[in-house]
Amino acid sequence: MASLVGSRVERKEDKRFLTGKGRYTSDINIANQTYAIFIRSPHARAKIKKIDTSKALKSSGVVEILTGEHIAQDKIGGLIAGWAIRSEDGSEMKCPANPPLAKDSVNFVGDPVAVVFAETLDEARAAADLVKVDYKVLKAVSNLSEAMNSEAIHDGIEKNLCYDWLLGDRQKVKEAFEKADKIIKLDINNNRLIPNAMEPRACVIDYNTASEEITCYTTSQNPHLSRLIMSAFGGVAPENKLRVVAPDVGGGFGSKINLYNEEIVCSWASKKIERPIKWVAERTESFLTDTHGRDHITHAELAVTNDGKFLGFKNETIANLGAYARVFGTVTPTYLFGPCATGVYIMPAAYSNVKAVYTNTAPVDAYRGAGRPEATYTIERIVDKAAMELGMDPIEIRMKNFPTEFPFKQTLVHQIDSGDYVAGLNKAKEMADYDGFAARKKESESKGKLRGIGVTSYFEACGIAPSPVVMMLGCGVGLWESAEVRFNPTGQVTVYTGSHSHGQSHQTTFAQIAADELGVPMENIDVVHGDTDKGTFGMGTYGSRSLTVGGIAIVNACKKIVNKGKRIAAKMLEASPDEVDFKNGEFVVAKSNKKKTIGEVAFASYLPGVRDEVKSPLPEGDEPGLIESSFFDPANFSFPAGSHICEVEIDPETGHVKLDKYTAVDDFGTIVNPLIVEGQVHGGLAQGIGQALYENAQYDDSGQLITASYMDYTMPRADDLPNFNLGFTCTKATTNPLGVKGCGEAGTIASTPTVMNAVINALGGKEISLPATAEKVWKACKEMKKSNAKAA
Amino acid sequence: MKKIAIEVNGKKVSKEIQDHTTLSGLLRDILNLTGTHIGCDTSQCGACVVHVDGKSIKSCTALAADLDGSKVTTIEGLASNGKLHPMQEAFKKMHGLQCGFCTPGMVMSAVDLLKNKKNPSDQEIRDWLEGNICRCTGYHNIVAAVKEAASKM
Repeated sequence: MASLVGSRVERKEDKRFLTGKGRYTSDINIANQTYAIFIRSPHARAKIKKIDTSKALKSSGVVEILTGEHIAQDKIGGLIAGWAIRSEDGSEMKCPANPPLAKDSVNFVGDPVAVVFAETLDEARAAADLVKVDYKVLKAVSNLSEAMNSEAIHDGIEKNLCYDWLLGDRQKVKEAFEKADKIIKLDINNNRLIPNAMEPRACVIDYNTASEEITCYTTSQNPHLSRLIMSAFGGVAPENKLRVVAPDVGGGFGSKINLYNEEIVCSWASKKIERPIKWVAERTESFLTDTHGRDHITHAELAVTNDGKFLGFKNETIANLGAYARVFGTVTPTYLFGPCATGVYIMPAAYSNVKAVYTNTAPVDAYRGAGRPEATYTIERIVDKAAMELGMDPIEIRMKNFPTEFPFKQTLVHQIDSGDYVAGLNKAKEMADYDGFAARKKESESKGKLRGIGVTSYFEACGIAPSPVVMMLGCGVGLWESAEVRFNPTGQVTVYTGSHSHGQSHQTTFAQIAADELGVPMENIDVVHGDTDKGTFGMGTYGSRSLTVGGIAIVNACKKIVNKGKRIAAKMLEASPDEVDFKNGEFVVAKSNKKKTIGEVAFASYLPGVRDEVKSPLPEGDEPGLIESSFFDPANFSFPAGSHICEVEIDPETGHVKLDKYTAVDDFGTIVNPLIVEGQVHGGLAQGIGQALYENAQYDDSGQLITASYMDYTMPRADDLPNFNLGFTCTKATTNPLGVKGCGEAGTIASTPTVMNAVINALGGKEISLPATAEKVWKACKEMKKSNAKAA
Repeated sequence: MKKIAIEVNGKKVSKEIQDHTTLSGLLRDILNLTGTHIGCDTSQCGACVVHVDGKSIKSCTALAADLDGSKVTTIEGLASNGKLHPMQEAFKKMHGLQCGFCTPGMVMSAVDLLKNKKNPSDQEIRDWLEGNICRCTGYHNIVAAVKEAASKM
């Protein structure tokens, strides 16, 4: 049997999606269900004086209306930050309480204060309009740069500061800077984004009055974690009485990592009203209340020698947490950001200092790449600026500072096991026809257009684990992953994984891996995920960890199956287990033609004593059945890397940036399914390009989100993007048996700086803030024209 | 309330509906055809695209009451006799979908494109699909899938 790892296998999940048979949460209906509508604060910051539900309660079809008072009475806990980050002075981070329904104060537009349950959705909506909430409106803190000098939003959290964190050595950096020929300085923003999974969040709750079990169908990237938080912190029900199911989920990108207010409230309320509940977000609710991403202001400095060697790096960042700290909210701008800010370079001294602040905006948390795009944007922009100021080629300056020996101890945290950054950049340079750029620029200029080229080299730390490291850094749980592999007596296999697919194709990739390990055809392997009643436990999918952590747990469970299979086959074939080899689904006794298929062994394992060749195929000490599980906790993160190059053509008359060519060369170690991996890169690129050119979440001074629909928030559309030119290099990861590295976030991490470097290159080095919208670019072109005229 | 008689995926359907029931509401909530998705409520995202009398429309902003007597085809009605439509085959072959949420609208829109233009260029495909947002694929493989389908149809 040819190896499936490495093959462009078409996806197992496609048929149901292509025929309209996917089963997303909003597709689920339960007999006798009620419909929930949440009443949300229209103010960014206010005290709740009074909530009057009397009129609404009399409205047609209303079953119940619940508020923060009821939550408090029932002692239902709130949402939590999953990582405890300490400030430079050793003090603990400061986090406000975040009740599922606000009782005393609201802190962002969309903060839920009450919920109506009614017989129909129309009736719920009508009643929601009758709930009267009396607010005392307070001045909102909506501007990130002013947050530390504004009134404290949360009692006891001075300067709105959650923490003031440092990673690195200030003294060493100071010394390095003293030796520099030149200090390059850069002030940049990292614009706030809204993840916008195409499926809006939803939950459907079914309370079983007989078993007293709550089933919560929800749009989650990690149902087990949601159950844990809802049980341990929310106190909604003990875990054994709480089943969380994340069926088909229509994209996540980080926004569905968190457990949200609505899931807690509806799960708790379903038991209270003894009725099923359905809640589906409208798109504007998603804009307002899904966790947002990025939102940094950064001052960076790079110390260099005249010949382009890097000596030291400073990163001073203010990160917006929004109104509350959520699961990955506090770690995203620290350990996921700071270490990667020195990029793929030998950097003798560096530090990252991050002040994370609260504002009256939606909570900010992990969004595809989470911290690493912000880090890569910072270093790759300042490296380009250094090249420009030193009169060097952007590729030359990068090459000059790449490490060439691995493992490479990166400046701030990571020990990078493998990589070849030179090979990646050389390949990208060739594929992008870098040397032909000058001719193309000339051609553009002859048409009155500006042309720019941008380069980015990146590494990232993903496959988020290992438990001892993440827990040392402040994570509240270990980030291993579990798998269980079950052979049925008749030879099919079910793989249970704690990982979760919301587009990543686990049913295919994981089946490919298991098929190779077990020698069973892929069509006989089912991959099951997303249901806390099926499988053991799981930490879910984010941080490009599914394959590198969850996939390896499957490999290890399969290896256990094969080992047990060897013992059984040996007994059946009257040989010693040492003499039995396993290959292509068969157990073969060495130097003989005696063999058993894994199917025969599986069958025998379930029927001890029935087989006729021996009394029992089970060796002494082995129990019946062929089921094995594994928890995999890797020794390190995985470190994908690569180089991207793009070219833009700008029309100075309109400011329109045409993304003309985009080349991405990535090193993901072993690639299990190139078809799927290419798709992951394409999607990541689109999101990073979206950040560079189109997307921007904008709050006004009063804290109103003024980009809360697809008419106001620019999503990249088909006609905004080019075809992508992808290439791969391969250095295998040494920390897992497949040699795989994460691939889900790389495109997003690399593409924003690549595009911005190209835009700024086209503008002759003129700095421009994210995103490079037509308006900003047009203005920059005007200024360029003016200063060129002056110079002439 | 209004009584309408329409044909959905070749089957005659007669229902009494509210005046404000949208076509997507009729399909999803009354006929249980949940393949048609709601992604935005403002006819911006295109997850809800279906065919009415052979033309692609956004069903979240069409009133069902206006469609008495029309023929509706949804993603559930595209395959025939268990055989996938060439567009569905092409999306599978070229990995033109990931999470699958935008896919029904994307496929229905693309099928209509090929009715209007047999061999569209990359740019024509991108222009036509401008009203369908996909957050997963970056559109690269969707364009490839439409071209693949065009070559097979």
